[in-house]
Amino acid sequence: MIEIEDLVHVYDGATRAVDGVSLRIRDGERVAIVGQNGSGKSTLVRHLNGLLRPTEGRVLLDGVDAATRRVAQLAATVGLAFQDPDRQIFAGTVKAEVEFGPRNAGLRDAALAEAVAAALQATGLEGDTATKPYDLGYSRRKLLALASVLAMRTPVVVLDEPTTGQDARGVRRVEAIVRELGDAGRTVVSISHDMRFVADGFERVIVMRQGTVILDGSPAAVFAREHWPDLASTYLEPPLAARTGAALGLGSTPTDRSLIDALAGQR
Amino acid sequence: MLELSLASYRYPGYAKTVLHDIELRLGDGEIVGLVGPNDAGKSTLCLVTAGLAPASIGGVLKGTLTLDGTPAGGLRTHELAERVVVGFQNPNTQRSGLAATVFEEIAVGPMNLGLEVPETLARTRGAVARLRLEPLVERDPQRLSGGQAQLVAIASLLAMRPRHVILDEPTAQLDPEGTRLVGEALKALADDGTSLLIAEHKTDLLDGLCQRVVVIDGGTLVRDGPTTAVFEDPELEAVGVEPPARIRLRRAAQAAGLDPRVLAGART
Repeated sequence: MIEIEDLVHVYDGATRAVDGVSLRIRDGERVAIVGQNGSGKSTLVRHLNGLLRPTEGRVLLDGVDAATRRVAQLAATVGLAFQDPDRQIFAGTVKAEVEFGPRNAGLRDAALAEAVAAALQATGLEGDTATKPYDLGYSRRKLLALASVLAMRTPVVVLDEPTTGQDARGVRRVEAIVRELGDAGRTVVSISHDMRFVADGFERVIVMRQGTVILDGSPAAVFAREHWPDLASTYLEPPLAARTGAALGLGSTPTDRSLIDALAGQR
Repeated sequence: MLELSLASYRYPGYAKTVLHDIELRLGDGEIVGLVGPNDAGKSTLCLVTAGLAPASIGGVLKGTLTLDGTPAGGLRTHELAERVVVGFQNPNTQRSGLAATVFEEIAVGPMNLGLEVPETLARTRGAVARLRLEPLVERDPQRLSGGQAQLVAIASLLAMRPRHVILDEPTAQLDPEGTRLVGEALKALADDGTSLLIAEHKTDLLDGLCQRVVVIDGGTLVRDGPTTAVFEDPELEAVGVEPPARIRLRRAAQAAGLDPRVLAGART
């Protein structure tokens, strides 16, 4: 369980990036965080693994105040894949990069090999173990950063815009990873601007505006017509399926599947 | 007019050719979308079309790049920069590192062209206004969110008033509003006669913006045609490119045995 209580983060004594956020996230929940650029999404999630410390308020991980834990300790609980993979990639080969985290966490031999192999398999990088990370294109460097986090097998996985730069297959791959993590009881918190990815892959959507949470609910609830003005206030637009379903009087249909099912049910 | 003719390219230190016999023409005022799966060569084609490969990063280019009738191979770096600008996927690669504020960062380009101060200021203010960056002008360019950094990078390009613009996923990190503003800014550039090549996975954005779309797969251009014709091509999904949502939903309805005209009744 993640509990965020009245969290405030102020940069340079001036910019209130997070301005009073309280949230509870259950174990195994798949949560998407959306909102306009600069609304505080990245700042918020960096408190989960201690990369940022609260200006006010606190973050509890399974009841323990994160402020009492060092970043290295938190890393065993919360894995975070950055928006910009180049901020985290440093090793000479793909395999060494993915091994670094779990090795530091104490995994050795068969257990280490197994964690690394599973992460490479999930991200489709199993054929690139000896490749230099910077010989990979941007989209695969993003997947490498994700693999490095998966290999840590942390109970909580935080992804900052994981689908950026991915083609359609890459997005489906990330969706599958999110779903498998949830099925395995691991918590996934992901920032995204891709409303279709959010509606398809997550059970809960948190909408941020100017450092605060303005909506929090299932995709069907958050993308329902009555919330469109709130979404527009933070420059978001519901997926086309939701807009089409509402225009046809079919209720809230945030995914292609739900729209087609509603249409088929009407026949 | 920007013309790439029979272009094949390999990176320095690599034996493998990653682009093969590319023929690409960008007419004045034309916006061309570039789509394709990951690692198909989109970013490399952007570098070659912008003249950075091989001029700045080395490697071997066969074929020619011609900018308004002048072969790019004969141009010096600053002459190239006056004719064609390129925006990268990752805005952090693009930041000058010279500026203390966002305003100065956007002004670096025009200043480097040797423009008079009033002209530099006018261009910088114009670019700021175009992307509504007024609230950020005093901020440190190194302390921006991912999306804000991307908008600043694009404003820096706008301030150059380029004849040709090459953009590699310009809106990857942008929220829908930022994406809309960038789309409007690019349309305005095209209306002034600038030609643009935009590599993007967001086919919904290209759908509303481009006259033409080219598809790259395995380093070869496999399709070049009017936007709707390319996006309606059933082969497109086979190369890993998803059509815009309007086409996707219509197909999903058809696959479920529904008359797709029910969707056309929706005014979204």
